[in-house]
Amino acid sequence: MLRSLPKIDVATLIAFGCIVLLLLLGGVAKPGFLSVDYLGQQLQVAAFLGVIATGEMIVILMGQIDLSIPWTIGIGGMMATGASGILGTALGVPLAVPFGILCGALIGVVNGWGVAYLRAPSMIFTLGMNAVAQGLMVYHTGGFAPQDRATSLMIELASGQWIPGFSNPLLVWIALGALTVYILTRTVFGRQIYAIGNRERAVFLSGVDSRRVTLIAFAFSGACAAAGGVLLAGWANRSYQAMGDPYLLPTIAAIVLGGTNVLGGRGTYLGTVAGVILITLLQSILSVLQPQDYFASMGIKLPADVFRQVVFGLVIIVMMMLYGREKAMR
Amino acid sequence: MTVGGARDRNWRYRLAAQRGALAAAAIFAIMFAVYGAAQPTGLSSDVVNTAANKGALLALVAMAQTVPVLTGGLDLSVGMIFMLTNCLASVIVTGSPVMTILGIAGVLAAGLACGLVNGLIVVYGRLQPLIATLATSAIYFGIALALRPQPGGDVNGDFADLMTRSTYGVPSSVVLIVAAVVLIWMPYRNSTLGRAAYAVGSSEQAAYMSGVPIARAKLCAYTLAGLFAAVGGLLLTCLTYSGEARAALGGDYTLNSIAALVIGGTSLFGGSGGVVGSVFGAFVMRTVGDLLVVFNINPVLQPLFVGVVLLFAVSLGSLRLLRVRNKLDLYR
Repeated sequence: MLRSLPKIDVATLIAFGCIVLLLLLGGVAKPGFLSVDYLGQQLQVAAFLGVIATGEMIVILMGQIDLSIPWTIGIGGMMATGASGILGTALGVPLAVPFGILCGALIGVVNGWGVAYLRAPSMIFTLGMNAVAQGLMVYHTGGFAPQDRATSLMIELASGQWIPGFSNPLLVWIALGALTVYILTRTVFGRQIYAIGNRERAVFLSGVDSRRVTLIAFAFSGACAAAGGVLLAGWANRSYQAMGDPYLLPTIAAIVLGGTNVLGGRGTYLGTVAGVILITLLQSILSVLQPQDYFASMGIKLPADVFRQVVFGLVIIVMMMLYGREKAMR
Repeated sequence: MTVGGARDRNWRYRLAAQRGALAAAAIFAIMFAVYGAAQPTGLSSDVVNTAANKGALLALVAMAQTVPVLTGGLDLSVGMIFMLTNCLASVIVTGSPVMTILGIAGVLAAGLACGLVNGLIVVYGRLQPLIATLATSAIYFGIALALRPQPGGDVNGDFADLMTRSTYGVPSSVVLIVAAVVLIWMPYRNSTLGRAAYAVGSSEQAAYMSGVPIARAKLCAYTLAGLFAAVGGLLLTCLTYSGEARAALGGDYTLNSIAALVIGGTSLFGGSGGVVGSVFGAFVMRTVGDLLVVFNINPVLQPLFVGVVLLFAVSLGSLRLLRVRNKLDLYR
């Protein structure tokens, strides 16, 4: 029972500390910030990022990276909304959600095949797959916004509440997270993921088919990104070109802020949860505080996005300085 | 062993080191010849100039990306520095000739400063280059947006014309790239810091043990990346006569720069390659798009073809798997 007790590392603690700090700051700045409704809404927004980050985290744990996230999200959303057009109405409506996720998983399988069997660097192979996925989707839609609408199940999944107080995306995230924690800490497969992140050669010598593990992990990442796309399409009631573009950087940022080593081998899912919530709260705090109004009163007109981006970057740097530094060479 | 034999072998080593760049150059030459043959007017200087201007932008950003990659790092902020300097140039490279020259110096200095900040964070902050430059790319985008909330601005017309025209059939943008290679890259490559960059990329531990100035090599590499990106930003301003801060624009250039350097034969693990290959890699990437137009293929297919070309280029590297005798060599 090596990991019977959940070990909370420094990174996760600091990330959770920052979350509390942000909550206090928000509560002071705006009275309604700490209401259950508002926080529930924040968790719902966080759940989209959380679902996407789950798969990417597994890949990063192996010391690889999946840059095809943006258009895999797009594929998930567009294939789910377009399922009735492709599979026919009878099949397409009930199968919309699994069809979207399956298409994303297929992208992941190709990624995994390239990285594991062709031994291509994951950064460039997944980048290429991102372009291919984009090309396929742009071709599929003719370059225009798809006319298809989300099915009622997708809308229900993205914005309904089956259990009062818990929005459905949050439930999806909790279920997916529980499954991931189980896989990472209790199964051989999870151990192999961590082991590959530390040294794949040693894993191979231990008699593990590390290439198969890599393939499955990438497929999982694709499926998670597509699931995020399905949820996003349900939330907006439609899918659109480049719907996944704003998610790549926050996903990676959330994972590394949660203490996962970007070179692989170390990281906990709890940390990723903290990172996802932290990123979401940070973005919402900035829209509450509205620093641009302060500058506008001094006569400097700046778009709100300026502050969002600069603060986003500074927070990553400051927090990683606290716990993400590499050892000095000696 | 004769002196001639040794020199002969030396020559062969040098050729082998440039294999990636030569392959990219050959692919580009073939693609561009096909492109030229399919043009109704042939390769007129206008056609060449347009193609050169388009390719030069990505080529400069790819050059910027190459230098940190050689040290085993990565710079995800090159596209954003490119965009930031574009926005800055659309503000300050205007007015009288003196003001314009000062403005150009300011733009280049801004690029150097951005690169230096990246380098300082990577070297002294000891953050992973991926994370550090991811964070700074957000900051640079924010600053670019502050400079140009809406697309617009202006640039000195004479300067823009000088940078984008074609003299005796030779596009200025090509001259600019050749100048960047000859005046910046080649002295750097042969300097202590340039060699140190390759050494660090090959094995940081071994470089450290050999007393290679690791910190200075990395600092210089990231700073140089900022400079190359700034030259690109300046050229973009001359082409569009305006500045624009759009997240997708910077992101595209960053990602395409990685693709271009891989096509150009630079290893993402560091230690081998060079900017010349990246230049040809960038032109290959851009010519793919032009070829589609020539052959009347639906332009919406462009990302698909670029992606397939990229996957094909990466998969070519997998041919080495056929030569592996010990299966263990496949794994890190």
